[in-house]
Order: sequence, then structure tokens, then C-alpha cells
Amino acid sequence: MTEGPTEGGGKVENPRQGGDYAPSVASRVAIWHKAGGVAVPLLTTLLAFLIGGLVVIATTGKNPLTTYKAIFQGSGLDWFFHVGSFEIGIPFTESRVWFPWDTSFNSFAALNLQQTLIVYVPLVLTGLAVAFAFRCGMFNIGGQGQYLAGAIMAVWIGSSLPGLPGFVHILVAVVGGALAGAVFAGIAGFLKATVGAHEVITTIMLNYVALWVGAFLFGLGGPLQNDNVGGESVPVSNDVLDESKLNVFWGDPLLQGLHVGFFVALAGLVVYWITLNRTTLGYEVRAVGFNPEAARYGGISVARNYVLAMAISGTFAGLAGAIDILGWQFRLNTNDIFTSGIGFVGIAVALLGRNTAIGVSLSALLFAALLVGTSTRNLDPEIFRPELASNLTLLIQGLVVLFVGADVLILYLFGIRRRARQRQARTQE
Amino acid sequence: MIERLLARLPRGPRAVAIGGILVGLAAFWVALPPVHLRTPVPSILIGIAAIALGAYAISQGVQRLGWGAVVAGVGGIGLGYLATRSSVGHLDQVVVWSALFAAMLRYATPLAFAAMGGIFSERSGVTNIGLEGMMLSGAFFGILAADKLGSWVLGLLIAALAGGLMALIHAFFAIHLRADQIVGGFAINFLALGITGYLFIDLYGGEGTPPDISEIPDVHLSFLKGWYFVGPILGQLNLMIWLAAATIVLSWLVLFKTPIGLRVRAVGEHPRAADTVGISVYRTRYAAVVLSGCLAALGGAYLSIGFVNSFNQNMTAGRGFIALAVVICGNWRPFQAAAFALLFGFSSALAQRLPAYSESAAVLFQALPYVLTLIAVAGVIGRSIPPAAVGRPYKKQ
Repeated sequence: MTEGPTEGGGKVENPRQGGDYAPSVASRVAIWHKAGGVAVPLLTTLLAFLIGGLVVIATTGKNPLTTYKAIFQGSGLDWFFHVGSFEIGIPFTESRVWFPWDTSFNSFAALNLQQTLIVYVPLVLTGLAVAFAFRCGMFNIGGQGQYLAGAIMAVWIGSSLPGLPGFVHILVAVVGGALAGAVFAGIAGFLKATVGAHEVITTIMLNYVALWVGAFLFGLGGPLQNDNVGGESVPVSNDVLDESKLNVFWGDPLLQGLHVGFFVALAGLVVYWITLNRTTLGYEVRAVGFNPEAARYGGISVARNYVLAMAISGTFAGLAGAIDILGWQFRLNTNDIFTSGIGFVGIAVALLGRNTAIGVSLSALLFAALLVGTSTRNLDPEIFRPELASNLTLLIQGLVVLFVGADVLILYLFGIRRRARQRQARTQE
Repeated sequence: MIERLLARLPRGPRAVAIGGILVGLAAFWVALPPVHLRTPVPSILIGIAAIALGAYAISQGVQRLGWGAVVAGVGGIGLGYLATRSSVGHLDQVVVWSALFAAMLRYATPLAFAAMGGIFSERSGVTNIGLEGMMLSGAFFGILAADKLGSWVLGLLIAALAGGLMALIHAFFAIHLRADQIVGGFAINFLALGITGYLFIDLYGGEGTPPDISEIPDVHLSFLKGWYFVGPILGQLNLMIWLAAATIVLSWLVLFKTPIGLRVRAVGEHPRAADTVGISVYRTRYAAVVLSGCLAALGGAYLSIGFVNSFNQNMTAGRGFIALAVVICGNWRPFQAAAFALLFGFSSALAQRLPAYSESAAVLFQALPYVLTLIAVAGVIGRSIPPAAVGRPYKKQ
């Protein structure tokens, strides 16, 4: 990446000499990386939103800022800007303490924010799923299939086994969903480890297998279709039993309040960080991800790590599916199976978050806000048609993935400016 | 010419093993229409013969094909038995060979176009996972142009242009910016999904595309009408199916019989060496990737204005990825890839017809092509050797 000293038409430039010292592009980027590597993701996001805004102007002629502002408000993130003097209850006690934000849940901002955080939960988990596989050098595009496997398993367990105490029932359903995701991803890991089948193709095919199996299970006449009176004509599963629903800790349970799965997502972030950075397993996974040949030479079983990393990755995604079912969906219908794209957004989350726990957390919040802010329920149709806006979200996602994969783009853009400046300097001489 | 072809035919135990596979298929075939044997005994006998041939081939050291023959024999017995157990009515409804083969050609066509595109791109050293998105762009912009400009010819042109543009983005990121090609290709899929979905809703809204769009015509070969079996299959096929066949032959000619093809392959195998002898690596790769986008888009356009005559959001439904699997299974060679495209086309055609057996399981059969892809990729992958420099960005010195 280093620029040769002879660049600029044979005129030798030594950066350590003279007054017109300009840092090279490489050194500038090095500074960004030292700053925690946030510059590139931030610029990427900015660039993606900029292009998204241009699309809005070009197709609707409206001010993109109005649209973005409406999306922002629809996401409920403006809740954080209403700072005042309020109180919050401490969990498991009766006492209340001072808190800068209004936690009562009857304001629109609070209701919207609850929705955003509900979507944040599966995005964190599917994002971690993709990120974990990335750290082992694999691209797990099968987050969607693993998410569905977890959701299918959770809705099956959650709607059967009556009589189990609530806590045990939830535990069984969540573990079942996570295991289903692990097994489903493990297939792809196993195929990569044994015959070398590329995980991108196998996981995509597994996505479609999960999709059609789900459509079969809950479709009309399917083995897990709703068996209540009047439910025969609807392609939907049975409802999850009341005792296996997750508790709502913020908001009204009847209005889809925020459920305790939120803490599972936060715990997932911590587990991800600890596993990767403080365990032997994480060390091996990263070693394989950096260089499989070197890892093999160092005595690490590459095949074993491929299978394990995929299984752990699938566990995260399966967990996301299970928590979505037990937390707020409570049932699975075939239409949801076809239209859900949480696992795919997880890819963008992981890429933008640079596969780190904090990065995944932040980018999951961004995409959750985008998804909720552009949903039919939350976006004012006067300002922007929601069904258009959801595709705008896809577009922004695509741009984010595109730009984030190319740090060199930033270098390239700076290179153009630099060369232009040099050319200008030469013409002035 | 004929002698050369004969010389390439397999001999010895390999021939025995391939014969065994065919005999195994025959074990299933005798239980199907029009032969319709209603007792499993012939299937079992023929199947045992196939297993014996396979066993002989394995003993002679032909492992993979030999096991293939054994599996074919066992499968033939099992499926033949099942077929004799199912009612004649069902069998006649599902197994209409001419209709199955015609449907196979229809389903295989978009895959073949995209796979030829994939071969060009990967042979030049650029992984193209964005085939799916390029197909989708072709499907949408093809129908858009056919609708607004009133001509399917312009539809095809615009489709190819749109796919080429998407490919150009991919090429720029993969070649000039040296980005990760899988991530970049995946971004293309997202982008295509967003752009086509956005414009589709914006322009057509809830009603969808109008029904009276200019369609790619069928080719009527009236002299074939009376021919047994061939007539119903080839008599009335869409123009694009014939074009796909021509594209496959052309791709083979260009890649393996012309200097251009040699350059493309050189750049994909050893870019440094190609660069040294004066081939522009960047220019060759750009051309190959853009061509792959155009071809994939033509496959997509066939879907929208040749096959179903409408557009839905995400209508390609993973066909681009199946095409990628076709490329890998086909060992990056046009004719072998075409054979796999036909295999996947056949499984899709079968999936459309199997629901006669069970209404509720109809959706389950939709998973068949994807399961088959999974098995094929897992089973064939050890034998296929990718171009040496595929997926690796090249930096000029």
C-alpha cells in the first residue's frame, strides 16, 4: 500500500523534509485503524446513506432529509433526546431512583423504541452468527436457514408439552432452537471439513431447504399446522403456550413490549467476546481464520474447527429464531417464513460491525432502526411510501456491504484527491 | 473427427462402471410408463446386475464410478419397487416423459445462461457470487423495457445492459479496489434486490406487471410435429432455449478454441505470467465479468419475458446460486456445466409434477432442486479443480 517516493512525475518527495509535508494515504489509514477502526465503517455508512438519499431525490423528488427524519422518528431513537428528570424502578425491588429518560411506555417514541429493540435482539444474534464464522475464515450466508430452523423448533416445543413449568419450558424451547440452528449450520461445516464443499453454496442451499420444509410443516395439511377449530384453513402453526412466552419488562405485553430476550442478546455479545478472545477454542478458531495452513502446521485440527465454528455460528442464529418466537411472534405462518430476511440483514450487521462484539452491537442498532423506521406501521405514508422504504433499506444494506468490503475505496478516493492536488501543483509551477 | 471422439470414449473398468450406472437407471425405468411392469422382480434383477457391474469396477480400482453404479443399482431397486406400489393413474400423471423433458429444458435455460456467465468470470479469476443479482436485474429491466418500449428484442438488450452494469460494479470492486470478491458479489445481490424491488413497487405498485407485455416468441418447428417423442419436446420451444444451446456451444468455442479464450484462461490461472507476456489482466477480467453479467441477465430476462411473463420481487429465488453450483459441478467447462444444468432442470420439472401424489407435500418437493445441489456439490467437489487464481485480486507491479 505504501506509495513510492518517486510518485508525481519524477519529482522526489521526502515527507520528512520541507514545509509542505503531507501524510501518505497509508499513514492516514493507519491512524484510522489505531482509532479503533471506526473511520471506515462510519464513512461507509455515511456514503451509503448519501447514495440512498440521491435515490430518494431521483425517484420521488422529495427531500431525503425529511424521509430520513421520518425514519429516525419511526425508529423511536428520538426517545434518547427527550432528556429530563424521571424515575426508574430497580428490578426485583420496590424502590425507584432518578433516571434521565422517561421510561413510562405511553409515549410514541417509547413504543417505537421498544419495537426497534425487539428487532435489535435477533439482529445482534444473527450478526454474531455471521461474525463468528467469519473469524474462522468462513462466510456463513445460511443465517436465515439457521434462524428458521431455530424458530421452527422453538414453535414446535413451545406449543406442545403442556404442563411443564414455565421456566423449564422456555429453557427447553430455547435450547432446542439453538441446537436446531447448530445442527443445521454444522452440516455445512461438516461438508466443508470433509469434502471441501464451499460453505457459501451449501449454506444457501440449506436456506432454501429450511424455507420449504417450514412451508411444508405449517402449510395447509402440514404435520404441524394449527389443529384448533377454525385453524384448518390458515397456514399457521399452533400458538406458543402462555407459560412458555418470555416476560415483558418494558412496555405493555399486549402491545408487543420489550421482552427479556433483550438480555440474552446482550449476554450473547459478552459470550462472543469471551469465547473468541479468552478461550483456547477462540484462539484456534481465529488461528484457522487467519491462515488454515499455518494453523494446521501448529497442530490445530482445521476440520474440527470448521465444524465447531459453524455449529457455534448456527447456535447464535438458532437462538435468534427461538427468542423471536417465544418473545413476540408466538406463532409461525408460512408467509413469515417466505418474507423474513433477518438472517440476511445479519450479514450486513457483521460486515459493518467488523466482526467485533461492540461493532455488531452498534450496527445491529442501526439496522434495527432502519427496519423498524421503514415499516408500514411506523413510517408516515404521507412522507414516504413504506413499501418503497423497505426496499430503500435493502439498497442501503447492499451499499454498506459493498463499501465495507472495500477499504481500498477510501484509499482510492483519497488517491484521486492527492493526484489532483499534485497535478494542480505542477500546473502552477 | 469420429475416430477422435471414439478414442475419447471410456474403456475397461470405467466403461463397465458407467454401464452399471445406466443399468441401475434402467431398473427404475422398467417400472415407469410406458413400460409399466407391475411387479418388482425385473427391477430387482436388473438392479442386482448393476450392483455386480459396480462391484467389478471397484475391484478393478475404479472407486468413484463403481460406487456410483452400486448406488444407482440400489436406488433403482428401491424406486422401482415404490413405482410398482403406486397406482398406474398417478404414474401416468407424473411421468409423462415428453412433457418432463420439455419442462426440463425450460427450467435449465436460465441456469445455463447464468452458468456460462459464471464460467467466463471464474475462468478469468473473478468469483462471481453476484450472478443471482445480475439475473434479477435482467429479469426486471427486461420486462420493464419490453413493457415500456413494446418490444422483447429491446427488452433483452436492456436486460443485458443492466446485468452488464451490475457486473461492472462488481468488476470495479473486485479488480481495481481488490475487495473481497465474495463479499462484493453478495453486495451486488443485495443491491439488485433493493433496486428492482424499489423500482417495481414505484412503477407497478400492488397490481404487478401488466399482462399484455411483448414476450419472447416460441419457435414452431412444424416438420417435427409427427415425430415420436422428439416432436412434443422440441416442436414448440421458446427462442431463448435455442439461444441457450447456441451460447453453450459458443462459450466452448470461444474459451477453448480461440486466442481470446486462451487469454481469459491464462489470466485466471496465472495472472503474473499473462501480464508478463503482454496480456492486460485488468482489461481481460473486466471484459469477462461484464460478459458474465450480460449472460446471467439474459437468463433472468428469459424468466420474466419468456417463461412466466410477469415479475415478482426476488423472482430468481436462488437460481443464480444454483448456477454457481452448476459451474463448480461442471468443472468450469461449458458442456459439463450444461449437463448439470439439465439435471437441475429435470429435478425442478419433477418437483412441479410430483404433487399429484400428495397435495400437502407439494411444497416439500420444491426443496428437491436445492437438496440435489447440496448432494451434487458435496459429491462432485473433490474432483473439480477451480482456476488457480480464482478469487485472488491481482496487483499490477
